[in-house]
Amino acid sequence: MAYTSNDFKKGQPRWCPGCGDHFFLASLHKAMAEIGVAPSQTAVISGIGCSSRLPHYMATYGMNTIHGRAAAIATGCKVANPNLTVWQVSGDGDGLAIGGNHFIHANRRNINLNMILLNNRIYGLTKGQYSPTSPRGFVSKSSPYGTVEDPFRPAELCFGARGHFFARAVATDAPGTVEILKAAYNHKGASVCEILQNCVIFNNGTHDAVYSKEGRAKNAIYLKHGEKMLFGENNEYGIVQEGFNIKAVKLGEEGYTEADVLVHDAKCEDNTLQLKLAEMEWPVALGVIRDVEAPTYDDCVWSQIEEVKAAKKYHNFAELLETNDIWTVK
Amino acid sequence: MEIKEKESVVVRFSGDSGDGMQLAGNIFSTVSATVGNSISTFPDYPADIRAPQGSLTGVSGFQVHIGAGQVYTPGDLCDVLVAMNAAALKTQYRYAKPDAAIIIDTDSFGPKDLEKAQFQTKDYLGEMGIDPDRVIACPLTTMVKDCLADSGMDAKSVSKCRNMFALGLVCWLFDRDLDVAFSFLREKFAKKPEVAEANIKVIQAGYDYGHNTHSSVANVYRIETKNKVPGRYMDITGNKATAYGFIAAAEKAGLKLYLGSYPITPATDVLHELSKHKSLGVITVQCEDEIAGCASAVGASFAGALAVTSTSGPGICLKSEAMNLAVIMELPIVVLDVQRGGPATGLPTKSEQTDLLQALFGRNGESPMPVVAAASPTDCFEMAFAASKMALEHMTPVILMTDAYVANGSAAFKLPNLSEYPAITPPYVPEDLKGSWTPYMRNAEGVRYWAVPGREGFEHILGGLEKDDKTGAISTNPENHDLMTRKRQAKIAAIPVPDLEVLGDKDDAELLIVGFGGTYGHLHAAMDELRAQGKKVALAHFRYINPLPKNTADVLRRYPKVVVAEQNMGQLAGWLRMKVDGFVPQQFNQVKGQPFVVNELVEAFNQIIKK
Repeated sequence: MAYTSNDFKKGQPRWCPGCGDHFFLASLHKAMAEIGVAPSQTAVISGIGCSSRLPHYMATYGMNTIHGRAAAIATGCKVANPNLTVWQVSGDGDGLAIGGNHFIHANRRNINLNMILLNNRIYGLTKGQYSPTSPRGFVSKSSPYGTVEDPFRPAELCFGARGHFFARAVATDAPGTVEILKAAYNHKGASVCEILQNCVIFNNGTHDAVYSKEGRAKNAIYLKHGEKMLFGENNEYGIVQEGFNIKAVKLGEEGYTEADVLVHDAKCEDNTLQLKLAEMEWPVALGVIRDVEAPTYDDCVWSQIEEVKAAKKYHNFAELLETNDIWTVK
Repeated sequence: MEIKEKESVVVRFSGDSGDGMQLAGNIFSTVSATVGNSISTFPDYPADIRAPQGSLTGVSGFQVHIGAGQVYTPGDLCDVLVAMNAAALKTQYRYAKPDAAIIIDTDSFGPKDLEKAQFQTKDYLGEMGIDPDRVIACPLTTMVKDCLADSGMDAKSVSKCRNMFALGLVCWLFDRDLDVAFSFLREKFAKKPEVAEANIKVIQAGYDYGHNTHSSVANVYRIETKNKVPGRYMDITGNKATAYGFIAAAEKAGLKLYLGSYPITPATDVLHELSKHKSLGVITVQCEDEIAGCASAVGASFAGALAVTSTSGPGICLKSEAMNLAVIMELPIVVLDVQRGGPATGLPTKSEQTDLLQALFGRNGESPMPVVAAASPTDCFEMAFAASKMALEHMTPVILMTDAYVANGSAAFKLPNLSEYPAITPPYVPEDLKGSWTPYMRNAEGVRYWAVPGREGFEHILGGLEKDDKTGAISTNPENHDLMTRKRQAKIAAIPVPDLEVLGDKDDAELLIVGFGGTYGHLHAAMDELRAQGKKVALAHFRYINPLPKNTADVLRRYPKVVVAEQNMGQLAGWLRMKVDGFVPQQFNQVKGQPFVVNELVEAFNQIIKK
């Protein structure tokens, strides 16, 4: 059966006007319609924070749970019922600060979850404190003289936890967002989608370089597996290898030609270059950066159950009792 | 040699934590249970996996009480003490009766051993004031070496069989049939038959040694069997019984069983046990932390499983957040708290009842949760089943409390027949409500309906924010919050639980003993002893703590004197005082990390009666 965005919509979102979450929500509705899994077979699970209100605007099953625990709750949900399509939605505070432990372990276990990380580099719901993705020196209500700590880079955390899928999109870029959401769904295993999202109230402009279409044309690169990594308004730039590193160059300068430009390989098991791409400050890498197949935890749990069922002779409680040393008192 | 007919006998095996005392004790209790004796066991092991060999802190013990009639506890003091080295004798002798027989391995009482055990002289028996006539002093290590000289086994493997020699000797002392022990070992070492046969050879040698020398021994004990309940039995620990209770409940409810857990002493054996039974479809997830254990159980419950999380007190602290989420979302989970000594890391391997108030109140907001407690190793099965049924039928998290003592202790378990157990029927939302249903719509018992994901037309969002009673949308309306708080409270208060049973002199007791959970055996034994002394005494033991049985106030007010005895500073007493107007009990409180001692209870209760 074919769905439209309306089949996944519910209620009136209560985010601030202009909040990036509005854009993302519309893309999620659209992606879900295109994916075509019924609302009744879909669960959307969030933690706490502005972006974690999202399940309330979904016509699917869902939970808006407690701060930081969305990945752990989604894990139980997916493992207990692997037939459900489970989306886990967190902000940068929910997902990477209080929920950091669950984030890395969901990636390490490779549970078949679609994990959305709405990154606005700020705590919005508590009204403007720095988050674990705020840059060093960031001035906020809880850091009036600037932070004295380095931020997490989500891709690095994901890869460090042996994550197999990482993609990035800008909230205002509907086609780019829908594309990575569909790729996340199609990837079997934990898929992290970092959504660069602007908080108009407490951190306005944090993603300005790539937030507009024009900005992205100048400052972003759309990665496509198997294609040369070219970017710029006229594809005049490319990503090339330099020693142990990669860099962006202008073609025709310093002797670089299109032949030197690297072809993106999201399927490469070794994540070294993918990490380099994810961490580039200019251009900002968008699209599917890493997408490598690996056994998923939930599949393995269930196939192990089937294997043991076939190997063992007891399959109900009465038969279980008989596996013990039993004596009879007459 | 005299043959002593006894009602019951307590044997304590003790040695280095690597000496295999738990295995020897286990086999001995199985052998005894097989002839129809009633058994109760208690392992007492150190927190360190391997403390330095021969040191005082590395001593591990296993006590087993065998009786002709019912025994309720592993016994206060032992009739036979097996001490495999000097440190064991030094630390364990205090658990021996004045006339106890003591078996020692003289090969482990050399100068170095004595030094490690902090003996001052070579006359270790004299130092401890032990009458040598009570001691079976046997060069046990040498004899095991001789016995296995031709086996081709290396010295380390040979040394591992010492426990079986001691077991053989004890089996002789109690005139036990060795065949059961032999088949136990052949089963246990099915994949290493040479190990099984070596152990069997050593047991036989220990038995023969007793039979042939028996010179220094005063007694051979005979425990006859009476009050037998015919049936088929197995030996079961509390933790295993708890795991079995969950399996049984899931099967009865027709649901998958999900366990989200994180290893913690003394609850880990529940995770071990359930992890074995994939052929029953049991899902176990060893999570990244205690928080995820409980949170993932909430997720599994949402997805429609019987979801359980298992832990001990420190884990309950961490799980309280996700438990609270289950309270407000009204989803069923069972939280197992195998209590140990606290606070913080406290006494990880020891037993207390100090988590009761945490279970009742340890969450933010008005957060009512049912609390039930198991009274004995076999009762863990009943209460795990009951807790699961309560959670599933009333859409609520339930805390099941056991403790290290009942969890690790074992008893003979009459194989249950599931067809005799009540059905478990969760309140699934009726199909005809499609279109008009909202998430907080309730049935006649005030229980929210369960709409499991996958059902078309019942898509809904739950969450940790307060919801509108009618629409299920987020609501901060003051009247609605008050209403929802009351509805959640009323739902728990309305859960039916069995009446409180009064044992003993229920019509004319001068003293009512009150307790809960794992102290049942000791309190029962104390009551029996007081009644044997001619006192009029009754026992009311709580297994259902929230909600309390309906007749609680009646029972507590019926007797002239009431003592609440518990292994904490008065948590149950406080809860009862809060719930029963004007109830002011006497208290007996001990927080030693060790089970009650029946004689101490009897003495304390006698003082109360005299006052």
